[in-house]
Amino acid sequence: MELLYSMVLGGLAAAGVYLLLRGRTFPVVVGLTLLSYAVNLFLFATGRLATGLPAVIGHSETYADPLPQALVLTAIVIGFALTALAVILALAALSASGHDGVDDEKEQP
Amino acid sequence: MIDLAFIVLLPFAGSLLPFAARRLRRPWCTSAAVIPAALTLLLLIPYVPGILGGKTFVFHQPWLDAAGMSLSLRLDGLSFVFVLLVSGIGLLVTLYAHYYLAAKDPMGRFYVYLLWFMGSMLGVVLSENLLLLFFFWELTSLSSFLLIGYWTHDSDARKGARMALIVTGGGGLALLAGILLLGRMAGSYELSIVLASGDLIRNHTLYPAALVLILLGVFTKSAQFPFHFWLPHAMAAPTPVSAYLHSATMVKAGVFLLARLYPALSGTETWFYTVTLVGLATLLVGAVTALFRHDLKGLLAYSTISHLGLITLLFGLNSSLAVVAAVFHIINHATFKASLFMAAGIIDHETGTRDIRRLGGLWRFMPHTATLAMIAAAAMAGVPLFNGFLSKEMFFDEVLQLNMAAPLRFFVPVAATLAAVFSVAYSLRFIHDVFFNGKPSDLPHYPPHEPPRYMKLPVEILAGVCLLVGLLPGLTVALPLAAAAKASLGGALPSYSLAIWHGFNLPLAMSAIALIGGAWLYVKRRRFFAWNRRLPKPDAGRIFEAATKRIVFAASRFTAFWENASLQSYLAWMLAAALAAAGFQLISLEALHGGVALAPVDEVTAVAALLLMVATLATVVWHRRRLVSLVMLSVVGLMVALAFARFSAPDLALTQLSVEMVTIILLMLSLFFLPRTTPVESSPLRRGRDMALASGAGLLVGGLSFAMLSRPYETISGFFLQKSVPEGGGANVVNVILVDFRGFDTLGEISVLAIAGLAIYAMIEQMKLNVPQTDALNRPWAMDAHPLMLVNLSRVILPLALLISVFIFFRGHNLPGGGFIAGLITAIALILQYIAGGAAWTSKRFRVNFQVLAGLGVAVAGLTGAASFFFHRPFLTSAFGHVRLPALGEFEWASAMAFDLGVYLTVVGATMLILSNLGKLSTGRVSGRKI
Repeated sequence: MELLYSMVLGGLAAAGVYLLLRGRTFPVVVGLTLLSYAVNLFLFATGRLATGLPAVIGHSETYADPLPQALVLTAIVIGFALTALAVILALAALSASGHDGVDDEKEQP
Repeated sequence: MIDLAFIVLLPFAGSLLPFAARRLRRPWCTSAAVIPAALTLLLLIPYVPGILGGKTFVFHQPWLDAAGMSLSLRLDGLSFVFVLLVSGIGLLVTLYAHYYLAAKDPMGRFYVYLLWFMGSMLGVVLSENLLLLFFFWELTSLSSFLLIGYWTHDSDARKGARMALIVTGGGGLALLAGILLLGRMAGSYELSIVLASGDLIRNHTLYPAALVLILLGVFTKSAQFPFHFWLPHAMAAPTPVSAYLHSATMVKAGVFLLARLYPALSGTETWFYTVTLVGLATLLVGAVTALFRHDLKGLLAYSTISHLGLITLLFGLNSSLAVVAAVFHIINHATFKASLFMAAGIIDHETGTRDIRRLGGLWRFMPHTATLAMIAAAAMAGVPLFNGFLSKEMFFDEVLQLNMAAPLRFFVPVAATLAAVFSVAYSLRFIHDVFFNGKPSDLPHYPPHEPPRYMKLPVEILAGVCLLVGLLPGLTVALPLAAAAKASLGGALPSYSLAIWHGFNLPLAMSAIALIGGAWLYVKRRRFFAWNRRLPKPDAGRIFEAATKRIVFAASRFTAFWENASLQSYLAWMLAAALAAAGFQLISLEALHGGVALAPVDEVTAVAALLLMVATLATVVWHRRRLVSLVMLSVVGLMVALAFARFSAPDLALTQLSVEMVTIILLMLSLFFLPRTTPVESSPLRRGRDMALASGAGLLVGGLSFAMLSRPYETISGFFLQKSVPEGGGANVVNVILVDFRGFDTLGEISVLAIAGLAIYAMIEQMKLNVPQTDALNRPWAMDAHPLMLVNLSRVILPLALLISVFIFFRGHNLPGGGFIAGLITAIALILQYIAGGAAWTSKRFRVNFQVLAGLGVAVAGLTGAASFFFHRPFLTSAFGHVRLPALGEFEWASAMAFDLGVYLTVVGATMLILSNLGKLSTGRVSGRKI
């Protein structure tokens, strides 16, 4: 299970990084989203993978680690704010320069 | 002993007085500046008997113990003499500047800078803690920068100020490193401890490094060769500044540090050779150059360099008598050099020039000033009956006592005599070429006359001190000198006598040679000037400027290479660097598999994982067709939510699910404006590079994750699991952590969310975007304002969704749910109304200001936290009890719920702020056909 989980994480990170390096804003935002999935899943996994043990007191004997979950929960919400900010910046760049490239006009091929 | 702190703080606080008086008449402004300087001297009076009795007063004030930093101050003989010099000469300079500054010069600003400098200098000499000393040391550099550059319109002044700042500031950095090493060796930065651990320090392996670093600070500050070049360029400052900083005080900070740290650092061969030889070189270079300067202040500047070299040399000799001589010469030099600078300023002021070649015969016009200048110049030349003679005799005596190898034993006294010869010659030139020797030629102001009566008063006082000390050393300077020398030596004082007449001996012969030789040199000066003209003269100013320019040029080239305005390039470099740094750690692992048994894979999870990977791949492969890519992305997001659910994190699954929805809506809205496709732009090579970086990142993240998951771990969560119910009042530990244990973090996070929402709102307000009239396939938009099915469905769903969000909110403390999730559900339900009914229709019926809502949320959360202050508990302490709500069953009611309400409101506010505004941007501007 751990190996499968890590492979999925690697796939997400690779896809995110590749899109992050594209020259247009929209793929960069999509890449950022994919990368944040990978990061959230990674942080979540620092508490290890538990099956059927939600951290609700009284439901079982042992529990999944609640601390990384709390961290990741806020990270997901902040991640949304970050994505939104990136989107708005992309739109602002579009309105300022008339194109959706990430680099300066002169850098465009 | 708190008044020691007042001595340092008074000038800083007092600088407000001349600032406040800057628009009043000038005498008011000057009086305002005199008050703080005079008060520091008054504060010193109670300490006089103790100090002269050899006592040390230390005022302990701990501050950052862990960093070794304290605000402790120390007043002993050495600091006492320096406080006298700094405040006393400061007072005289204040008076002098009143007459010196022109009507158009902003006087208030000058006095403010001057008082800042005075406070900084007092801080340097009174600090007990070395880090505190360093702080004030840097302040003197900064305030001297302001003073040198006082005439901001003058490019020479600006350049000179910058040069002084770079040289002394650079030395200051070295000094800081040296002090840190010193504190490490001694185990404390308190001077009392450092000075007592001399042996420990000298035998430490770090001693040479610390010594060199500290000496770099000293030599740059005290203008020692080869760092002396900044001082002549600092002469672009107004003359009162030169009289104060560049003769009496700031340049003395370096030699003060030599005196201060003498017990801790001196006594080794390294100390002896470095300090003595640098001092000797400075002494010679300064004395010889001074003679050939045609600018009065330039002559005095090089003379100052030379005398500072003499003092440094004395400290280097490792002899306690030499320290007495050095301290004595510090006092003497301050008095005669300050008065000479003031005299030069008077001449400049009254004639309009400082060029010695144009001056001459001024005795007829200003005999009084000439007499004062002659007294001070005689002291500088070391003429008997003036104070300079006494310390110079001691200096000659000391260099004759040298105990070292043959060539140096003869060379040093000969060089010392030679420097004294030049010193006499330039002193003669200062007097004879200016006040006698023919008539002045084409003076800007003719005829010159004596300056205002009280402009001469400071010069008279200082010249008087030169004479009094020279004639009656036993009655005047003996006690403070003994106290200062004793404090510097940190032990017993050697026996010495301050008499004028010691009989016929070698030092007297050297003095005689100096006087006769100097007179001969001056008489024969034409020949030497001709010789000097043929010498190559490197222009330090130009070399320095050129070097600065080269460094700036190289720095901007370097910056331009990395900061090339290409996001792709930045990201590629950053990712490559991160890969290298983290990858190195991963490769250094002995084995990737850490040994913990792996869990088995079940079929459902395997299929889900496969689906996730396929969707990820599809997102990338189809990334040029943006809408398709977006649909694939949403599949990935849903699978991630399922992954959270699968691995026992229901809260995360709910959050991810709802965030996924708003994210996709957001991206779809953005696609309305952005092009629908991504063109092929990158070369195959670039794509190959990106794929390599991406694969590297994938391998790294996957590898790290596997290495981590297969290793045993410990967690601190036991605490949270234990205390959640009894102390947090909730069974859902994740929620309790968010709203209670780590509530402060959450408060920060919702603040970020609210700020992001506001920032986005502000940016959208200013945005002007062209709205595309057709979709990617050139079809005009459908303009069905009220899609019947959606409108009806959404109106039914709204109350249900709101009810669910209320339920999720209330159960959050004990079951998966809470403010974050409830807020997102509410936001989604509201957004659905916007989509179905249009922005105009919806906002007409739903009048909520989302900015206010987001801010209100943060305020509610913050106030809930602050409420615990009323119960005398720390911020965000929660209380809880049980409450029965009709129809919903029994709930545990915790004050954390009010906090969670704040979270809820912020999430709704921020999310709606973002989405509704972006939505509004797209409506009302499209003209399409109605279906």
